[in-house]
Amino acid sequence: MRVVFKTSYDRDIDLHEHGLDRGKMLGLVGLMILLPFLVNDYYLAEAANTLIWALAGMGLMIAVGHTGQVSLGHAAFLAIGAYTDAALMNAGVPFLVAFPLAGLLTGLFGAVIAIPAVRMSGIYLAIATLAVFVIVEELILLLEPITGGVSGIAAPSITLFGISFDRYGELHNFYWLILAVVILVTWGYANLMRSPTGRSFLAVRDSEVSARAMGINVTRTRALAFGLSSGVTGLAGALMGHYIGFFNYELFSVFISINLLLVVTIGGLGFIQGAFLGAVLITGMPQVIAILRDGLNASVGVDLGSIPGLDTVLFSVILILFIIFEPTGLYGRWLKIRTWFELFPLARRDMFRRHKTYLKTERMK
Amino acid sequence: MSLLEVEDLAVHFGGVKAVDGVSFAVDQGEVFAIIGPNGAGKSTIFNLISHIYQPTRGRICFDGADITGSKPQDMARLGIARTFQNIELFDHSTVLDNLLMGRHTHRQSNFIQDILFLPSVRREERLHRERVEEVIEFLELEAYRNKRIEGLPYGVRKIVEIGRALAIGPKLILLDEPASGLSVEETQDVAFWIEDMRRDMGLTVLMVEHDMGLVSQVCDRVLAVANGKPLAQGTPHEVQADPHVQAAYLGTPEEVAV
Repeated sequence: MRVVFKTSYDRDIDLHEHGLDRGKMLGLVGLMILLPFLVNDYYLAEAANTLIWALAGMGLMIAVGHTGQVSLGHAAFLAIGAYTDAALMNAGVPFLVAFPLAGLLTGLFGAVIAIPAVRMSGIYLAIATLAVFVIVEELILLLEPITGGVSGIAAPSITLFGISFDRYGELHNFYWLILAVVILVTWGYANLMRSPTGRSFLAVRDSEVSARAMGINVTRTRALAFGLSSGVTGLAGALMGHYIGFFNYELFSVFISINLLLVVTIGGLGFIQGAFLGAVLITGMPQVIAILRDGLNASVGVDLGSIPGLDTVLFSVILILFIIFEPTGLYGRWLKIRTWFELFPLARRDMFRRHKTYLKTERMK
Repeated sequence: MSLLEVEDLAVHFGGVKAVDGVSFAVDQGEVFAIIGPNGAGKSTIFNLISHIYQPTRGRICFDGADITGSKPQDMARLGIARTFQNIELFDHSTVLDNLLMGRHTHRQSNFIQDILFLPSVRREERLHRERVEEVIEFLELEAYRNKRIEGLPYGVRKIVEIGRALAIGPKLILLDEPASGLSVEETQDVAFWIEDMRRDMGLTVLMVEHDMGLVSQVCDRVLAVANGKPLAQGTPHEVQADPHVQAAYLGTPEEVAV
């Protein structure tokens, strides 16, 4: 068991309270940077997709996990990010300008809708955001000159400082670009959560009335959180557009919103790490199911491909099991496993009694 | 001069006159209690002072300024901190973070500086932490510093809530039943802390409390209310001896006879 001996307040303010933790994080980042040399293009593309989902998941996590605002409309913010970025680049704006602008515009849009929407909470907010999603979907079809309407729009290939980041031509460059964005956002997110702004998000989530008593402007805080949330999701949307290459409004269906909610719920609400674990599960599951299906078909001769909707059923079963047995998600489970090893052989079953406390988000007040 | 002046305060919810014509003034450095039977409107008076409710009638003045129309989130900045009858802590955060949340009104940084975690943000965090550590030391919360609220016993949560209110750095602290649900020893601790808040920190304390032992021990003056109306005001002994107060708590002799 490791005891951290703290000698200054800075140890609590730092992102990692122990040098070993920082080392592990650097190791993980190093591994991610070296990934293009370790796996083939198929898996590298999957990893890029997972990172994009993790980015979108972080976006939603700010709203759902850390501020307690459920959103069923985050596919709309993905769409706004993707269309803004693609349309700007088609108009000749370089990626270096178009990409941050896509995030900024999506964030502003999110903050503007948030001003009326954040007065609602729980299921009412979820329905309101769903309505926003429907409106955005219609707008995409109406704004045909910019969005290409039903036929869709192409996200141009990215070139920065003369280096190509093309999705197909230079996949490893594209992957590194995504990784850089994800690392920057994660760093900013972690900073936010150790600063007064992040604490005010948690305060608003856990008790509005005492947040007010602490002098926190609840409406403004929730609008800021929603704006940041949609901004990050917009960045993910822009990258998703480049990843897909050519897309129309159908890419951003309501199922994307639901999958995003699964990412944050299964990953672990209220943990940045949860967005990553959830993204790995959501993007990895179809792969695992496909491999299992092929394996069964080849070895036993059982053809699962003929069963329609198998993936969806498996997804739902996993979600239900998580809500019943592990409300803190994959990351909560990981924390318990880690504690067990750290305390070995002193850990007792009682220490891991099931968490009965739910975040207010889940309670649907 | 009085720090807090409440004049003819009233709030009506439809036909229910929860508070009706209550006036009192709390002097700088005083410990003032509001007592009364259940449903008398004590907590409603608190909610009016902290502006969770807007009064139907009357005026609230604090530190020489009329604050009647303010918003609840303005109170901390003015220097009014409060605790809640049914503890309202941030359950999923640690004691330390809860206390740091009390420092919100003292923050200088904006969210962009926070995201970049500029050196100024770190400097500010250290200062907040020093203030919070003073509160932790004062309330002897060292052992719980990094514990999450959801796992803490009731008595400790109660103290953490007082700590969070102190972290705001207020002039006036409103304590809503600070001793309810506490053991005899814990109530004694609260009594000593209230004394220290007044003596060492120069705080003014306004509290709602049922425990008459605690009230007589620490309070300078007491206001008794029943059915939203003021009954009596004075020292704890005067109020306890007042026939109206005794009637409100115990019923009148005629009622008992019937």
